[in-house]
Amino acid sequence: MTIKLKTFASLAGAFALSFGLASAAHAADAHALSVKDAWVRWLPNNLPAAGYATLVNTSDKPVDLVDISSDDYGDAMLHQTVSNGSTQKMVMVDKLTVPAHGQAAIAPGGYHIMLEEAKHKIAPGDTVHLTLKFSDGETLTTPFVVKSPAQAK
Amino acid sequence: MSRSLSTTLGALIVLGALAGCTQRAEPWHLTNVTGHLPDLDFTLTADDGRPVDAASFKGRTSLVYFGYTHCPDVCPETMGRLMQVLGKLGPDAQKIRILFITVDPARDTPQALHDYVGAFDAQHAEGLTGTAWQIESLAKRYRVAYQMEKRDPNGNYEVTHSSAVYVFDSEGRARLLATDHDTPDAIAQDLRRIIDDHS
Repeated sequence: MTIKLKTFASLAGAFALSFGLASAAHAADAHALSVKDAWVRWLPNNLPAAGYATLVNTSDKPVDLVDISSDDYGDAMLHQTVSNGSTQKMVMVDKLTVPAHGQAAIAPGGYHIMLEEAKHKIAPGDTVHLTLKFSDGETLTTPFVVKSPAQAK
Repeated sequence: MSRSLSTTLGALIVLGALAGCTQRAEPWHLTNVTGHLPDLDFTLTADDGRPVDAASFKGRTSLVYFGYTHCPDVCPETMGRLMQVLGKLGPDAQKIRILFITVDPARDTPQALHDYVGAFDAQHAEGLTGTAWQIESLAKRYRVAYQMEKRDPNGNYEVTHSSAVYVFDSEGRARLLATDHDTPDAIAQDLRRIIDDHS
């Protein structure tokens, strides 16, 4: 019993230590992540729109995108288009890993951020903002350019 | 000796003629389905609410795409690629019609389709809907698979579906199948051949 307790105490100590180290690492890597080429493909009639971007991680550890929210949309979710033979379907995704010193593309035919329930009228040419939350604690509120589906490319 | 020479010459001429043939029957970039799929034939409802049949699209090359408007990624991406194709075709785009046939007739009313295709290209794209039975039998005719997924708590749902684009020539004959892997350039090059064959 005592031994177990001791083990527990030392484990707790190790946890506290690693936690402290991790926080220190966070502070050093405060700007490890950035977002580029962020845009939304607008569709008429309040149809669900898709947001796309490239996430860049300059740190030496992989970081996960774990949550997306927006003041412009009631609902923002990461989805993946999955092919099964000739048909395709969308699946919800919990996280997207941005590799160390690498990028993760949220791009047509792969991942997209499904945007629903626009909170105000949104039209091509507007800029909307999405808040991306990462596993290292970093949060990025990023402007996304809203494009007409005819000129998306 | 002279005989074998003439035989060789003869063989060379035949080979030359064959090579000529091969050149004319240049392979397509897209999947050639000529003779493997039935002609364009349907009775549906146009995005202006009027009944329409396949005969109204004769005389133009038709690009038929089965999709639905509540589809945020694949459908608008495919439509966007077709817009790029039209851009590459220049004035020949006048000879093309894009038919966006919904696999979600419950939500895609003529008005919804009208707004949707209008956001891409009101001039060349037309939205078509119909009864569940009309859509189902048409999809079956072209072996298009689609399936409604489970509704979310808000009652929204996705439709799993195939995203191929069917190319019919001006006579309404099924000619080519374009998939996600075909670039706008490849599609435009093949469409030009289809248009030239029938103009």
